[in-house]
Amino acid sequence: MIEVAVGFLVIAMIIFSVYAAETGDLMYAVVAVMAVSLIVSMLFYVLQAPDVAMAEAAIGAGLTTAVFVLAIKKTERYEHD
Amino acid sequence: MIKRLVSIIILAVVITSLFMVLSETAPFGDDETVVSHRYIYKGVDETGSANLVTAVVLNYRGFDTLGEVTVLFVAATGVGAALYTRKHPVRKNKVEASLIVKTGSKLLFPMMLLFGAYIFVHGHLTPGGGFQGGAVIATAFVFKYISDTRYSIDHVGFTKMESASGMIFAGLGIMGLLLGGYFLLNILPNGTPGELISAGILPIIYIAIGIKVGAELTGIIDRMMGVEA
Repeated sequence: MIEVAVGFLVIAMIIFSVYAAETGDLMYAVVAVMAVSLIVSMLFYVLQAPDVAMAEAAIGAGLTTAVFVLAIKKTERYEHD
Repeated sequence: MIKRLVSIIILAVVITSLFMVLSETAPFGDDETVVSHRYIYKGVDETGSANLVTAVVLNYRGFDTLGEVTVLFVAATGVGAALYTRKHPVRKNKVEASLIVKTGSKLLFPMMLLFGAYIFVHGHLTPGGGFQGGAVIATAFVFKYISDTRYSIDHVGFTKMESASGMIFAGLGIMGLLLGGYFLLNILPNGTPGELISAGILPIIYIAIGIKVGAELTGIIDRMMGVEA
């Protein structure tokens, strides 16, 4: 059962990472990166590393997203070729 | 064209070597190194910390943690220097937060602060510690900044708190040097593992780190909020 859940999470993580790299809208990319961080933190928890899971959830999914969103709001939202 | 070919070749070499290395590593869950054996079986007795991760991070590898805190301090100082404005930054948000966000932040802000403090006070007992608790506290302040367009932290107080906690960490290390001959020596008694007041100086260090990390990360967010577009 847990293998199926982990496999699903890993596949979702790969999809989100590819989307974050490919999309031209940086705001969407930030949200996708946040989703990757959240899934990584879940996987850390499954691997019995709650300390790392906490750090990943608080810093990766929380603070980094805030910093990125602020930086995008102060600069530009769309990528130019 | 040739550039693309070269990059593909480099990527293929990296992937193959990565796979070769990863297939050679020790099987998952087997403790083969001597040092991890020592941490697992003697860590609780030697440090008095029920959370072995804290025992390694603050006791066996305490000096590395001091370096880590220093790196974060330098990063926060760098952000402050890069985004420095001569006059006190005035926040001018165009969009007021919705009622849901405002009410939610009123309800959740004290709880988030309390949870962050809980994480770093209990760092030697339960998972988590100074870095995690500090990050949770900084997240609480981000929430406050989003919900209230006029809110701003007390800069002088935050700087003083950050400096004081940094000095507590370094001061405890020097105390160990003076009393026992080693930097960051555990000068207080270990106590019973699992109790709140146990593990010697580890809880004090983690409280100092929690306050320091929280103040630094909040300062970074505050700087980024205050900068002009």
